Amino acid sequence: MNMEDYRGVWVFIEEKDGIVAPVSLELLGAGKWLAEKRKTELAGVLIGENVQELAQTVVEYGADKVYVYDDPIYRFYRTESYMKAMLACVEKYKPEILLYGATSTGKDLASAVATDLPTGLTADTTQLDVEEDTGLLLASRPAFGGNIMATILCKKYRPQMATVRPKVMKALSRNNGATGEFIHESIPIKEEDIRTKVLEIVQTTTQRIRIDEADIIVAGGKGLGGPLGFQVIHQLANTLGAVVGASRDVVEAGWIGHHHQVGQTGATVTPKIYFAIGISGAIQHIVGMQNSGLIIAINKDPAAAIFQAAHYGIVGDALTIVPMITEAFKIALGREGEVDARKV
Amino acid sequence: MLHIVACIKQVPDTKIIKMNPKTNTMDRSSAPAILNPYDAHAVEEAVRLRARYGGIVSVLTMGPPPAVKAIRKCIEIGADEGYMITDRAFAGADTLATSYTLTKALEKIGEITPIDLIVCGKMTIDGDTGQVGPGIARRLDMPPLTSVNKVTELNKAEGYAIVHRKLEDGYEVIRSTLPCLISVEKEINEVPYSSLPNMLRAARYQPHIWSVSDLKDIDKTQLGLKGSPTIVSSVWAPKKPQGGQLLEGEPNEQIRQLLAVMLEHKELFGATAGGGVS
Ligand SMILES: Cc1cc2nc3c(=O)[nH]c(=O)nc-3n(C[C@H](O)[C@H](O)[C@H](O)COP(=O)(O)OP(=O)(O)OC[C@H]3O[C@@H](n4cnc5c(N)ncnc54)[C@H](O)[C@@H]3O)c2cc1C
Ligand SMILES: Cc1cc2nc3c(=O)[nH]c(=O)nc-3n(C[C@H](O)[C@H](O)[C@H](O)COP(=O)(O)OP(=O)(O)OC[C@H]3O[C@@H](n4cnc5c(N)ncnc54)[C@H](O)[C@@H]3O)c2cc1C
Repeated sequence: MNMEDYRGVWVFIEEKDGIVAPVSLELLGAGKWLAEKRKTELAGVLIGENVQELAQTVVEYGADKVYVYDDPIYRFYRTESYMKAMLACVEKYKPEILLYGATSTGKDLASAVATDLPTGLTADTTQLDVEEDTGLLLASRPAFGGNIMATILCKKYRPQMATVRPKVMKALSRNNGATGEFIHESIPIKEEDIRTKVLEIVQTTTQRIRIDEADIIVAGGKGLGGPLGFQVIHQLANTLGAVVGASRDVVEAGWIGHHHQVGQTGATVTPKIYFAIGISGAIQHIVGMQNSGLIIAINKDPAAAIFQAAHYGIVGDALTIVPMITEAFKIALGREGEVDARKV
Repeated sequence: MLHIVACIKQVPDTKIIKMNPKTNTMDRSSAPAILNPYDAHAVEEAVRLRARYGGIVSVLTMGPPPAVKAIRKCIEIGADEGYMITDRAFAGADTLATSYTLTKALEKIGEITPIDLIVCGKMTIDGDTGQVGPGIARRLDMPPLTSVNKVTELNKAEGYAIVHRKLEDGYEVIRSTLPCLISVEKEINEVPYSSLPNMLRAARYQPHIWSVSDLKDIDKTQLGLKGSPTIVSSVWAPKKPQGGQLLEGEPNEQIRQLLAVMLEHKELFGATAGGGVS
């Protein structure tokens, strides 16, 4: 392997229903910075059906180039078809760094591509840097359930690949009308060659709860004592127009669905305001919410670790304090006497 | 005969693990070794499929000798056979080297009884990369199916499986040819308490134990640390967040202060604020 042949930073662009996944835009932001440090170019790899138009979006978010694989065979994500496209592209144009969102699709694709190339793949990265002179990617990630952070290097193979957690990198602001190069690629691939078929796609959440996009999150933990206690969380959230979050223990206890879970094995969130109520502040929870704008913790134990992560803390019983906040808020916002009409 | 192999790993219990605050290293002695919780679901799913379709369930692990305990745990869950590959040469493997080594063992197991389905956990709780399953599938040229939360059908005679793959907002129904590899989510099943007969069998069970020399056509440069493109260059404790201030005074006074801070963000509290309700 001749390292010198490998140049440029690439991002796998994840697309669904004609929309670029937010994590791909975030990675373009991070990728731009890495590419500038390396004085090289940033490219997106866009695979799908009828995706040409999205190539312009990719350029407007920072890419110099987009490699486009547009074919009905890519209508649904399938490991084998997407992997073949990505392998062909890597072999042809040889990037030195290739990033994927750590989503179910991105992780699935990256693991398959890494094995076939072969090359190293750093999982679930939360920090990225590059050595300007050597081009060595410094990819850092949590491991052991978030108890430690590790920096992983891939010295002898190219491209250097990593999956990156959603919400930890920042997208650039959109540069409308930016121009870039679109390179249309195709590979000989037939439907019969692909051993998996998507028979059906079932949407289970009619209204998607986008906890990772919420401005305000009211999260509750085991300290609320039970599903009934958890209602004070819903009431405050409704009053604030917030989304409800939860610790893993609450999800495991079945008080609320898993897509509300914040943390290492749940969502990484960055709302402007985050309430952590009756949550002890285990490291696995903290890693998911520590970048929130304003963190407010309510816990009856003054020594709870959550107070270390919070900007403001109230020591006390959530079951009395939270309803008081809800009421005070209704008054402050001139909504006293309002019924919880928005609760579903 | 239907042959399902579950890949399993012994891991330190990260819930109990402690960090040494002075050296910022992990105090491994503080953590008991357990069967990776996600792998218990993989074995349970294999056992349930055997109950539906007949056949046998084997489990395979790569690890140090004490990993025998994790195999016994799988026998308790109901697995028929256990295989362990253990050798100093495997130490320090990343996911690429791990999947290579496991593949060599799977080829050998497959020579004894051909494999129809491989089941992996979603991830481990120590490395938690989730990359080993797809890696094995690629090496054995099987379709990899990750995020599986239901197996609706397994048809050996006609050579296909139908599974549900979890998506961010629902699931997709996939038909795949057999053999294939699935990585399962924990909600795929609940692992019940072990039955007494399984516990008794597990206590006496001796797994098949192989070392490097038992594996055929092995390329030693692809094993362990040597065969791993990724290296862990440094390890540190995640940054401790800076504590903020505890509000003081009577509850009413605290809430007044809190409100004052929050109302600096008044624009957030419009009627349409937020991203929806549950
Ligand atoms: C591999 C791994 C991954 C994990 N991933 C996640 C994850 O993604 N997200 C996550 O959250 N956790 C995760 N965890 C679990 C995590 O370690 C903790 O177990 C969990 O966050 C604790 O949930 P909790 O704070 O709700 O409950 P507890 O730890 O039980 O804390 C309850 C808190 O409530 C307080 N309290 C009790 N009563 C009241 C009251 N009346 N009013 C006010 N306060 C009260 C108590 O003082 C206590 O601090 C993970 C663990 C592992 C091992
Ligand atoms: C701090 C730290 C960070 C690391 N980061 C990376 C990284 O970013 N990239 C990388 O390539 N490696 C990394 N590694 C190495 C990685 O943890 C090991 O390669 C490990 O052997 C396999 O990965 P995993 O535990 O993440 O397994 P996962 O891929 O999470 O496991 C998925 C499933 O594969 C099966 N499986 C996994 N391991 C075994 C086994 N030994 N025997 C049988 N079945 C198994 C199980 O069914 C399991 O549920 C890291 C190691 C450490 C200590």
